[in-house]
Amino acid sequence: MIIVFALFLLTLLVITALAIVQTTNLFVAVMLTSIFSLLMASNFFILDAADVALTEAAVGAGITTVIFLAALMLTTEHEKPHLSRRKLNTVVITILASLIIYATFDKPRLGDPDAPVHQHLAPWYLEKTPEYMDFPNVVTAILGSFRGYDTLGEVFVVFAACIGVLFILGVKPPEGSTYNPYRSGLKHHLIPQVVGRLLIPFLVLFGLYVQFHGEYSPGGGFQAGALIASAIILYALLEGEAAALRAVPRSVLLGLVIGGATLYGGVGVVCILMGGNFLEYTVLLDNPVAAQQTGIILIEAGVGMAVCGALLSIFHAFAARPMRV
Amino acid sequence: MIETVVDILSWFLLCTGGIFVLIGGIGTLRLPDFYTRLHAASLTETMATILILVGMILQAGLTLATIKLLTIMAFLLLTAPTASYALANAALQSGNSPNAQQRDDQT
Amino acid sequence: MNLLELLGYFNYWVFAIVLMVGLYTVIAKINLVKKLIGLSIFQSAVFLMYITMDKVEGGTAPIILKGMEGNVFSNPLPQVLILTAIVVGVSTLALGLAIVVRIYESYGTIEEDEILDAD
Repeated sequence: MIIVFALFLLTLLVITALAIVQTTNLFVAVMLTSIFSLLMASNFFILDAADVALTEAAVGAGITTVIFLAALMLTTEHEKPHLSRRKLNTVVITILASLIIYATFDKPRLGDPDAPVHQHLAPWYLEKTPEYMDFPNVVTAILGSFRGYDTLGEVFVVFAACIGVLFILGVKPPEGSTYNPYRSGLKHHLIPQVVGRLLIPFLVLFGLYVQFHGEYSPGGGFQAGALIASAIILYALLEGEAAALRAVPRSVLLGLVIGGATLYGGVGVVCILMGGNFLEYTVLLDNPVAAQQTGIILIEAGVGMAVCGALLSIFHAFAARPMRV
Repeated sequence: MIETVVDILSWFLLCTGGIFVLIGGIGTLRLPDFYTRLHAASLTETMATILILVGMILQAGLTLATIKLLTIMAFLLLTAPTASYALANAALQSGNSPNAQQRDDQT
Repeated sequence: MNLLELLGYFNYWVFAIVLMVGLYTVIAKINLVKKLIGLSIFQSAVFLMYITMDKVEGGTAPIILKGMEGNVFSNPLPQVLILTAIVVGVSTLALGLAIVVRIYESYGTIEEDEILDAD
């Protein structure tokens, strides 16, 4: 039964992708991108990837759309039509697509338990996580401990991207700009404001739950950072930039980004100082299982801080630019 | 006996909810102007939400899932009408007056 | 090869088509924002392929609760890779959009040919 639903969602996914290419209105394209992400998140959930679905729904459907819309406000909404080389491109794309589809027949079919992917490493992770970490979520265990180096790299990519955006757009609004943070927001719209005020505390609470319950249910630093960032972005949209910056100033956001990345790296260095390898948490405490759990909670906190701070800094950097006339 | 009644009732609610989603979808595609389309869309997000979620609660029985479903229903019933209001308000402010005579076939 | 086995490849076909739709948008459109949208579609297609590989028949999400030790679980490794890739994807996308905004402020357009003409 679920396979019918999956087929339906995947077909909708293709249709949405084609509609995105077809439209010349960029605003419509961005809205369709949001729907595309939501469909993708449902697909991930059907394919048993609850953590990834949560991330895609929070980041893809929520924050990506806001950043795209912010960029459209600063540039233009309409795409100019042009017709050069369309035939050649279509031919090349069709040939490539048929080649890839031909190649998929060599792949193991969906859900095949004997596929090569499931023979190596994954059974070991599934077997050893209860023994080494003693908590249920294997995804968090791999993310935080078994492949901790990877995650450290990803956090520093987020950090670098945030710094890059701030270098390009500036930390503060440019000199002599007409930007007025007090005039933005939906202050005169009573209904969204009241409902928003009602919901935002629960959104932040849910973000914190996802952060600290990530060892036991789908969740972790990446999802929590995105959720809390989207709650504060909602606050900024409803009450105006100035109110959001009063609640969480720019210096705090930069502190979160730098502090999160440093906390992650610092845990690794402390592990070295206590006689282990980089990010080898077992040396932190006497009990190796408790030490693993402490290390993972600490680095997840670092990830959450860095992601939340980076996404919010990026949002404020876009919001502070002068609008197009 | 009571299980059969609850089962039939829950399937009745689920199917009615599905029909309302369908009607809303057709209405969004076929109705003439923005405000009537919005009206059709809000049919899916209030009536269909209530019917489908109550049907699912009857299926779940007295478990943790029921509490989760109730929470989801509360959130949806708060946010969806607010989104409809924000859409209608934005349309009104950008000069799209509610007049069923005029047809705008732009999508 | 019966129908159900063919359907087992459907995810890969959707991956191929969506990947190529993304690639088409990147190479054929000259609007810079549209190119970035195409890039994010391309990225999503790759995510779909990885997550398709993690599925095991009759399995559940890899969260080993008490009393579930004997169950089949889907492969957690692709999930970890994609989980981090999504967040990294949005940060790099923001970097690209920041560059587009600066280009618009300098040239007054985000169409590639007009920018080349202005240079």
